Amino acid sequence: MRSRLSNLDRLESESIYIIREAVATAERPVMLYSVGKDSSVLLHLARKAFFPARPPFPLLHVDTTWKFSEMYRFRDEVAKTSGMELIVHQNPYCLANNINPFDHGSSVHTDLWKTEGLLQALRGGNFDMAFAGARRDEERSRAKERVFSVRSSSQRWDPKMQRPELWHLYNTMLSPSQSLRVFPLSNWTEFDIWNYIRRESISIVSLYFAKERPCVERDGALIVVDDDRFRFLPNETSRLRKVRFRTLGCYPLTGAIESEATSIEEIVEELAKSSTSERFGRVIDYDASGSMEIKRQHGYF
Amino acid sequence: MMSVGVNVDDKDLLRVFTCGSVDDGKSTLIGRLLYESQLVYDDTLARLTEDSKKHGTQGSDIDFALLVDGLLAEREQGITIDVAYRYFSSQKRSFILADTPGHEQYTRNMVTGASSADVALILVDASKGILTQTKRHSYLIKLLGVRQAILVINKIDLVDYDEETFVTLCDAFQTYADEIGLKETTYIPVSALRGDNLTSKSVRMPWYDGPTLMSCLESIPLDSEVYDQHFRMSVQYIIRPNSEFRGVAGTVASGRLSKEDAVVVLPSGALAHVERIFCGETELQEAVAGQSVVVTFHEDVDVSRGDLLSAPEKLPQVAEHFRATIVWMSNEVMLPGRTYLIKIGSRTSTVSFEAPRYEVNVNTLEHLAARTLSLNAIGVCNATLSTPSPLERYAEVPEGGSFIVIDRFTKDTVGAGMVDYVLRRSDNIHWQTFEVDREARTRLFSHRSALIWFTGLSGAGKSTIANLLEKKLFARGMHTYILDGDNVRSGLNKDLGFTEADRVENIRRVAEVAKLMVDAGLVVLASFISPFRSERELARNLQKEGDFIEVYVDVPLAVAESRDPKGLYRKARAGELPNFTGIDSPYEPPESPEIHIQNSQGDPEEAVAIIMRALELKGIIS
Repeated sequence: MRSRLSNLDRLESESIYIIREAVATAERPVMLYSVGKDSSVLLHLARKAFFPARPPFPLLHVDTTWKFSEMYRFRDEVAKTSGMELIVHQNPYCLANNINPFDHGSSVHTDLWKTEGLLQALRGGNFDMAFAGARRDEERSRAKERVFSVRSSSQRWDPKMQRPELWHLYNTMLSPSQSLRVFPLSNWTEFDIWNYIRRESISIVSLYFAKERPCVERDGALIVVDDDRFRFLPNETSRLRKVRFRTLGCYPLTGAIESEATSIEEIVEELAKSSTSERFGRVIDYDASGSMEIKRQHGYF
Repeated sequence: MMSVGVNVDDKDLLRVFTCGSVDDGKSTLIGRLLYESQLVYDDTLARLTEDSKKHGTQGSDIDFALLVDGLLAEREQGITIDVAYRYFSSQKRSFILADTPGHEQYTRNMVTGASSADVALILVDASKGILTQTKRHSYLIKLLGVRQAILVINKIDLVDYDEETFVTLCDAFQTYADEIGLKETTYIPVSALRGDNLTSKSVRMPWYDGPTLMSCLESIPLDSEVYDQHFRMSVQYIIRPNSEFRGVAGTVASGRLSKEDAVVVLPSGALAHVERIFCGETELQEAVAGQSVVVTFHEDVDVSRGDLLSAPEKLPQVAEHFRATIVWMSNEVMLPGRTYLIKIGSRTSTVSFEAPRYEVNVNTLEHLAARTLSLNAIGVCNATLSTPSPLERYAEVPEGGSFIVIDRFTKDTVGAGMVDYVLRRSDNIHWQTFEVDREARTRLFSHRSALIWFTGLSGAGKSTIANLLEKKLFARGMHTYILDGDNVRSGLNKDLGFTEADRVENIRRVAEVAKLMVDAGLVVLASFISPFRSERELARNLQKEGDFIEVYVDVPLAVAESRDPKGLYRKARAGELPNFTGIDSPYEPPESPEIHIQNSQGDPEEAVAIIMRALELKGIIS
């Protein structure tokens, strides 16, 4: 065998090391599972890290009830094949008050369902370490995020309380009120993710592949009408367009891109020619420059 | 648009670290590098253009620094305050770039960034020359052992692309680099603002025939030594899906591991042979440095998280004491003598540091006297671990010689350090062997030495019996000595009272003294109430098997109290003697003493006769 490890070999090894380091020292670890491609890679790495045993932690899906129906099918299938426990949390306040992106806007919707829902689920489960698939290359403010990110009891991210990370010596210890968010994919880029999915034949939701889907064009974004809860504006109709997604979220808030890519090879090729960043399709980013940093200070991933 | 190939799995990965002073244009350089590598997306660029108008310093031009100055707080203040990680790649390589601010107060961030770097980029402003900061950065790079340095001489446009300025700067830096022992330095003149010599050769410097910054980064050889070093792997986790499988999980730190290889588990020293190696479901014939694997052994060997697997050919030292260079990273100063947590590899234990031998002035490299280390200070200290652990010199095996220091209560990372060398002190405390030894003395004295330990209530008759026994032994020409409670307390243990803690210490000292006397060839008679089983056990365990003879002088409390030769029970009953054994402090009788004397009748002759017979049986008297 070749002795020099490739970029993907190194990233894989580093992620497995991080996952094991967390599990070896955590009391109640959990893996946040969002059904996207990064979650698929993260789960794949976790299974590799503990093979032949099953990863010794549950999966947590913080659900908004507004994901693509295809995502729910995929999620349940993955839970079944991995044999891992799947915890689905839906913010009961949102359920009771029917919080949705049409009546309440993207910001309130995301804040209550996702940010608040996540805090409820972590607190409720008494989890001291939560894995998530966030990457540093996603957004400018993430570039300084630690691999092991300390949260106070309010789950807030305070840049000043973050611990220096030297060599591979991660400090996983916690004082009584603290918890950790753990980001094993910190050093991966979007390209690495796709190349790894291809190399390892990792299954991903079919929404990433181009297909004719009923679309509505709104504020420059292509929104796919995934179910009959979609509210059309006057004079608005859907029409079939061949689209796919670069990133996934709540369907009314996630922009699709027109594409012909129906295989991972074609996706990577298309990505190499692309001129927009990954988060371009996310409606929530539009509020203000620096909005991600503010969201993260409040506990959003 | 991106200059990345579709198939990137044959690329390798280079970790780069950048440092520079406040106005060296480092953020501009990195922003430009990303831009020139065509890694900036249109929407990011649109936002950047908008931001440049709001916060930028380049008028209506794009301020590339804003691409990398991430946090809101930083953008408002126009400085970078933390380590930021950037990612870019070329046809040949993927790069992870750790970007750190160069302010004096951020030594901690520089050390963090440098700790995992293959290459360091040191930025210098051509119009300002080599500054104090440049020297500080170079020293830290040397300290952390970064293998290669590139001196990026920026703002060359400000000196009209002048060759002479460039050469003078290179010479000045090389002199300093030689002085501190920085190994390899490459020099590149660039203008980050105008894009000269970043990704394409500048037409404005025909005199420069070296590589562009990007081609230099692409061609720097990766560390291949790590594969040829001796095998090391810290045990991270034990995988046990069922009783059949027991896998040791870890990441190979150096060297290689093949099936059937022998490894030593440290600190226990157990030897094991590799059965199988896994990476996920894939079984490997060989694992190399950098790979995360699971290893099973033929033997049922005791191994757990924190252990180190090592090639038997060269083992790290297992020791408690070492000399280290420490970088302090907390607002709370380092306190000599305080206990901290320390993480070395996967092993977390406790450590304490002595007062620093000196602190390094990172600007002048002078050694300063210091009593403690404060935030961003670098000092050299002796350290003591609570338990012996495998240790290696950082300069030889960085993975085995680097550590972080954690506060026991806040759990914050308060410092980091590198093992300079293991101190021999722990070895020196081992028992010195002299040529005249216990055996020689036994031959000279014609009798074995031993410790006869009398225990029992005050007034039980211990001292009376011991006194008579010593006279008989002495009469036979034996070398004896009595250690008596009152006598010892009037000198050696004068500082001790009668609290439980003091009683424990009293017995510990007596047991240690007795041990020396037994080694000196004497038959030692120790007469102490010694009410606690655990301390008598301690005294017994200090002696060699068969050398400790426990004599329980047993009388009921009422009998002892009625004798009361020193009037102590009366005082204790009157409340004038607190913690008196039998009255308000317990006596724990021995469970299986060598000799049990029922001394209610108080006949010392008979008691001594019993003891003499027992000593004959044990071969102490003939």
